[in-house]
Amino acid sequence: MSVMINLLGLLLIGFIVWWFWLARSGEAKTVTNTVDVIVADGVYSPAAIEVKQGETVKLNFIRRDASPCAEKVIFADLGVSAELPINQTRQVEITPQQRGEFEFTCQMGMYRGKLIVK
Amino acid sequence: MSTQQNTIHLSIGGMSCAGCVAAVEQALQQAPGVEHASVNFAEHTADVQGDVQADTLVKAVEAAGYEAAELQGTEEEAEEKEAAELAHYRELLKKTVVAAVVGTPLLLMSVSDNMPELSGAGRWFWLVTGLITLAVMRYTGGGFFTGAWKSFRNHNANMDTLIALGTGAAWLFSMLITLVPALVPEQARHVYFDAALIIIALINFGSALEMRARGKTSEAIKRLIGLQPKTARVVRNGQEQDVPIEQVGLDETLRVRPGEKIAVDGEIIEGHSSIDEAMLTGEPLPVEKQVGDEVAAGTMNKSGTFLYRATRIGKDTALARIIQMVRQAQNAKPAIGRLADRIAGVFVPTVLIIAVITFVIWFNFGPDPKISYMLVATMTVLIIACPCALGLATPISIMVGVGKAAEYGVLIRNGEALQRAGQLTAVVLDKTGTVTEGRPAVTELITTDGDEAQLLQLAASLEAGSEHPLAEAIVSAARERNLHLASAQNFNAITGHGVEGDVAGSRVLLGNKKLLHDHGIEISAHEARARELADRGGTPMFVAADGRYLGIVAVADKIKEDSRAAIDRLHQNGLKVVMITGDNRVTAEAVASQVGIDEVMAEVLPQDKADKVAELQRRGEVVAMVGDGINDAPALARADVGFAIGSGTDVAIESADITLMRGSLHGVADAISISNATVRNIKQNLLGAFVYNSLGIPIAAGILFPFTGLLLNPMIAGAAMAMSSVTVVSNANRLRWFKPERAAA
Repeated sequence: MSVMINLLGLLLIGFIVWWFWLARSGEAKTVTNTVDVIVADGVYSPAAIEVKQGETVKLNFIRRDASPCAEKVIFADLGVSAELPINQTRQVEITPQQRGEFEFTCQMGMYRGKLIVK
Repeated sequence: MSTQQNTIHLSIGGMSCAGCVAAVEQALQQAPGVEHASVNFAEHTADVQGDVQADTLVKAVEAAGYEAAELQGTEEEAEEKEAAELAHYRELLKKTVVAAVVGTPLLLMSVSDNMPELSGAGRWFWLVTGLITLAVMRYTGGGFFTGAWKSFRNHNANMDTLIALGTGAAWLFSMLITLVPALVPEQARHVYFDAALIIIALINFGSALEMRARGKTSEAIKRLIGLQPKTARVVRNGQEQDVPIEQVGLDETLRVRPGEKIAVDGEIIEGHSSIDEAMLTGEPLPVEKQVGDEVAAGTMNKSGTFLYRATRIGKDTALARIIQMVRQAQNAKPAIGRLADRIAGVFVPTVLIIAVITFVIWFNFGPDPKISYMLVATMTVLIIACPCALGLATPISIMVGVGKAAEYGVLIRNGEALQRAGQLTAVVLDKTGTVTEGRPAVTELITTDGDEAQLLQLAASLEAGSEHPLAEAIVSAARERNLHLASAQNFNAITGHGVEGDVAGSRVLLGNKKLLHDHGIEISAHEARARELADRGGTPMFVAADGRYLGIVAVADKIKEDSRAAIDRLHQNGLKVVMITGDNRVTAEAVASQVGIDEVMAEVLPQDKADKVAELQRRGEVVAMVGDGINDAPALARADVGFAIGSGTDVAIESADITLMRGSLHGVADAISISNATVRNIKQNLLGAFVYNSLGIPIAAGILFPFTGLLLNPMIAGAAMAMSSVTVVSNANRLRWFKPERAAA
């Protein structure tokens, strides 16, 4: 029993490390022109958006979460930010010039998403 | 993938007849993505539906030969936001009350040791209580569970994850032992439904308080939005009528009476008045305006009545752009905040790991009943950890700090500038227009032959085409004397030296000592007078015609009244103050000594200013450059922090990190003070959040238990967690009361 609990703990730690850090590259949504991003319940959906380098994409952020955490979306590396009014669409236009992964977050970094530029 | 249906409202300018309506409508219809466009001729507006950006539409209308601007009710938006926030706040309070009302009796039973046994009728009581708790948790804390699950699926974890796991574990364990009490030893048969409910109540209450406090952080923006009048008095077909501000078109004529606010940006076409621009620029004295002068939306007309033509409306007014800039800057994140962001990114999974370790350690080494200790310690770790305080620390201070700066007429463009402004060691001031008024005037004419009119006439004719401020002073002096100006041919400006050209058949030179020296012209007769003029801060300009020396036109640029006091303040902040100028050394030194400058860089050509800034940087200084933002663009960009000064309501200065809307150098000192205070506030917040988490989590895990027997109650952890983010927001709110120090006048 005692070995089992210890082993379970170890497995759980292993799972946390794997799930939250190693296996993070979940399926990304490939976007060519416009995409609706729903801001609700602590997550952006979709949270991973794949776009092509140099192509302009329009991200329509639709905020459903009334808590002030959700009121801004910030692409810190791209210098883009927008205020998101509740239950309205706010369009953010981005033309990524560089390949790579760019995080977008709420002001406090609790909502997290990423723009994958290929 | 869906396309988004937007309705965009535009104001259309330049439509003189009903026929124009069709042309504008057609232009709009043909823009890509437009589904429907309708133009209202009477209101000079257009409504466009479709998947399209306003900018595209504006360009389409402009290409058709009309003008357009997007109309956006910032005030309406703010009101909507406020209403939504109020509703959310009430919802949070309601949830707090519901969870507390059910949780408190259970808590009282627990602390008074009056809990029914987990056997016989007692079990039925706990079964029903457990189901009620579940229903209450679903209503008051359901969001935490949905959020936790959704982020988990995205390989993410956040505050919801911690709360859901903590309270979920409490409920699950309690329900399990209610159903099968034999699972755990007798002394461990304790239910935690009260803890689950009270924690949720506390966290909802904390969020409500945080929301209240947050509302105050955007006070500066609200104040700016409030400056925009809702209606304007337009003159249409000779009739004056009050219309909503959204219906004012470009090029329309508006009337303003004394005591009224100016509705949109424009140019005075009839009448004059003094206008209070303090709310926008921080400039305390009203400014005299007459025909041809620009007026800005949101400023207050003091004395006269005048007519003006609308030149910028909607999103394009200076006020709207200031609001936009402040909002953008409020989202900025300086380097100091990036560290916290990185930590926040790995924070929650790390806490989960700590929670597992806590669980295992209590299992291996804890006293009996093990299962109770394991559960309580693990739950407390999950609940006490507060990623919010960490994540909030930087942005919330920036919000307040940037807003505060705007109140003083200081527009901070980005977070980096804010942070670096606190690290400056030297400030380079451009002389003209920064230390001085920048509007030079002719103060003296010294001639070799007594013919002052001829001297001024030649100089003014030569300079008539030039836009140099000294040239304008000479030309306006000649105009005042009603001198007839001849046209100059073969005009040539020799940068940093002067100008030359042919006036009425003579080759005329006008410039500094060097220029005449280079042409071998002797000026020794007036050299002493020139030095004397320069000692007083004037600029002696030597004039020669066909190789013959004629005399001096002395031009002086008055030092701004408050330059001295502002420079004293910079000194008090421990900054070295350097003045840079293209003027000769004597003039420069004269000005410098009057205002207390530490180092003078004189006779610097405009293109060399950036190099001088770089030279200071090589000496190890962190340099601010203060200039007008147009001629000094390379130096402003080169400096660690570039300040554009005295641009009035023109905020579109790209090269500057910080724009000062008022002409006074006090703005530089204000900006530095506010930046220092903001960065200090961020550091306090970050430190607080770090200390809170790095002390709170080990204590929650029971690190003190072996020594003092102390183990935190998970509800205390809930209260601590709820208060930690409120504390961060309240600390940031202290910045609202910040007042930059003023040197004694």
